[in-house]
Amino acid sequence: MSTIFSKTMNRIFFSGLLLILLAPGCERAVSDLEEPDFSNNPNVFIDGFSGGLNYAAFAGSVPAAFQVDNEVTFDNTDLGMRFEVPDVNDPRGAYAGGTYFTSSPRDLSEYNALTFYAKSTESVPMDIVGFGNDLGANKFIASVTDFRVNSNWKKYIIPIPDPTRLTEEKGMFFYSFGPIEGKGYTVWIDEVKFESLGTLGQPFFEIFNGENDTTSSFTGVNTNVTGLGSTYNLADGTDRSVNATASYFEFSSSDESVATVDELGNITVGVQGSAVITASVGVVAAVGSLTIESQGAFTRAPVPTQDPADVISIFSNAYDNEPVDFYNGFYAPYQTTTSNDFEVNGDNVLNYENFNFVGIEFNQNVPTIDGSEMNNFKVDIYLPNAVPLNSAFTANLRDFGADDNFGGGDDTTVSFTVNAGSNPALVSGQWISIDIDISAMASKSNLGQIVFDSDAGPGLQGASIYVDNIYLHK
Amino acid sequence: MKTQNPFFRIPVYLTLLVLSVSVVSCSSSEDNSPDWQLVWSDEFEGVEGATLDQSKWNFEIGRGNNGWGNNELQYYTDRTENASLDGEGNLVITAKKENYEGANYTSARITTQGKLELTYGRIEARLKTPFGTGLWPAFWLLGIPMEGQTWPEIGEIDIMELRGQAPTVVASTVHGPGYSAGNGITKDYRLTDSRFDTEFHVFAAEWFESKIDFYVDGILYHRIEKEDIENAGNEWVYNDPFFLILNVAVGGSYVGSPNSSTRFPQTLTVDYVRVYSE
Repeated sequence: MSTIFSKTMNRIFFSGLLLILLAPGCERAVSDLEEPDFSNNPNVFIDGFSGGLNYAAFAGSVPAAFQVDNEVTFDNTDLGMRFEVPDVNDPRGAYAGGTYFTSSPRDLSEYNALTFYAKSTESVPMDIVGFGNDLGANKFIASVTDFRVNSNWKKYIIPIPDPTRLTEEKGMFFYSFGPIEGKGYTVWIDEVKFESLGTLGQPFFEIFNGENDTTSSFTGVNTNVTGLGSTYNLADGTDRSVNATASYFEFSSSDESVATVDELGNITVGVQGSAVITASVGVVAAVGSLTIESQGAFTRAPVPTQDPADVISIFSNAYDNEPVDFYNGFYAPYQTTTSNDFEVNGDNVLNYENFNFVGIEFNQNVPTIDGSEMNNFKVDIYLPNAVPLNSAFTANLRDFGADDNFGGGDDTTVSFTVNAGSNPALVSGQWISIDIDISAMASKSNLGQIVFDSDAGPGLQGASIYVDNIYLHK
Repeated sequence: MKTQNPFFRIPVYLTLLVLSVSVVSCSSSEDNSPDWQLVWSDEFEGVEGATLDQSKWNFEIGRGNNGWGNNELQYYTDRTENASLDGEGNLVITAKKENYEGANYTSARITTQGKLELTYGRIEARLKTPFGTGLWPAFWLLGIPMEGQTWPEIGEIDIMELRGQAPTVVASTVHGPGYSAGNGITKDYRLTDSRFDTEFHVFAAEWFESKIDFYVDGILYHRIEKEDIENAGNEWVYNDPFFLILNVAVGGSYVGSPNSSTRFPQTLTVDYVRVYSE
């Protein structure tokens, strides 16, 4: 999850680049379309820009944060790179960041790492450094977010996750450094180049965080490969992890009719059956897999028919939903319920797995809901597997009372339990619509929390439960 | 068994060893390297999954005393899960993380004791090591205990030891009375653009009556001389029969314990072990 998140952040972060070309003067229009071989020049910035290299500052950064420095250089060479990170609230920009890219692609496939030397005015983390940012598709970005730099020159190594991919690469180096605790500082970087290091070894890749997971799914569900990891071992025996884009991975499905996976790791579930999603990087198999058990066509929850004007919706594709803090609070330490929500044919479904109890809250960073005009609390649930003995599902809606806070002696809760003998009954394989009369609640104006639990029927513990169409209505 | 005259216990062909009795000077012995003749080898040819040639090797089983004297964490087995041929001409010793007989790791330790016992010669192996914190592969020799002798009086010649957390560095060491364990006479050899765990490298000792030379990939990097040991007031204990050992230890005082980044299983791949005499 975190890898995908940070990748998304990168994508957002780099999407609005402000192009400020430094125009090193050695650029020429490339008119020769038949050039068979791309340059394998490994140098990025040695004593100045390497041939064909451009620089662009990132949007929102201090445009002139990067300067060529002729005083502070590694090993007293002629020129180095200096990055002046601003203090917070600097009107020129919030951070120092930019990318170095070539106009003509280079063939970097004979190298296995980008290396550079760096030092700084004080000991700080380097927010992000990497390569593969070409101001275009950014297909093969590799980056490191946990380097530290201090006042001593030190060599840094960013392994290339799979060099065979970099036969036409323009993104040579990028960086982004922000203020630390509000304060700016200066970083120097020099001798930036691609190398083939014999001391780099033991590539290790993972998907789904190295776990072999299984998930139940339906025709038409879209999900994606998460938990990508890429690690090499360095000469000093330490591991170096690199954030690698999905394009470095080659994904495959053991049965394309049951599930397909594209080059970005997007999975689409097909007909009923079982398929295993795996990956490799170059010739190395990634650890981790996802077994998709497709149940075939999904039985959609009944489409609600209430007039939107008579509804306050918490979770439904039929209405506009009120904002919530979360649909799963992951309450420690007793909650076992995990979430594996999915979208099938345009309908979003909450999927609670390993169920014991779970809370949906709307009271922390969002306002509580005024349900004083509403008479009913509605929720649809679906149990995909056989209902175990002694199972009961209870839906609880809690109003926080006049103090608009949990507890305080003024809260009101309304609950409804479905079990084998209730109406509706707790059965598997069909949608069960629970519609609770809340008109008798002492207060409905500060509704803050919904909890689903198995307290009245612990047989349900461990089950998977799909939930849809959670709303209040008149 | 242990008290037999060791020279009579060496297989017949090894009795043909020409003991290096010449009194050539150091420089001339460097210039004129001996004419080594192959007298024993295991090339580990065989089908995938096959166990070792029991006419050449023994398995040592268990946890030894006090973790083989080093607080090692593994249980050594004779299972093919821990040592077997790979079908491509290699022996693979595999260290696994598993609960077994009260230990958290299993591995293998094989010796030639009673099957190949030698004095002097060139002892060579082509190896690719495991890596990772807490892994400790070794290719080494121990002296056959005479009556009443214990380690370190028996002598120990370590041709290759590696700390998995330092995959570019190996060490060769001799241990004897007065210079054992942390005081063994040792020297590192470091690769600058390669690693011991990603490529095969050749490790050798050339053992003579009054010196032992250690090589990596044909490069002499460490010489132990009888004269130096005796000048330091210690005893030269390398004129009696020794046997070979190959093992992968997990944890122990030399390397420390594995940590969360140590990957298992880990393998020591052995292309061959060869013994030459002059």
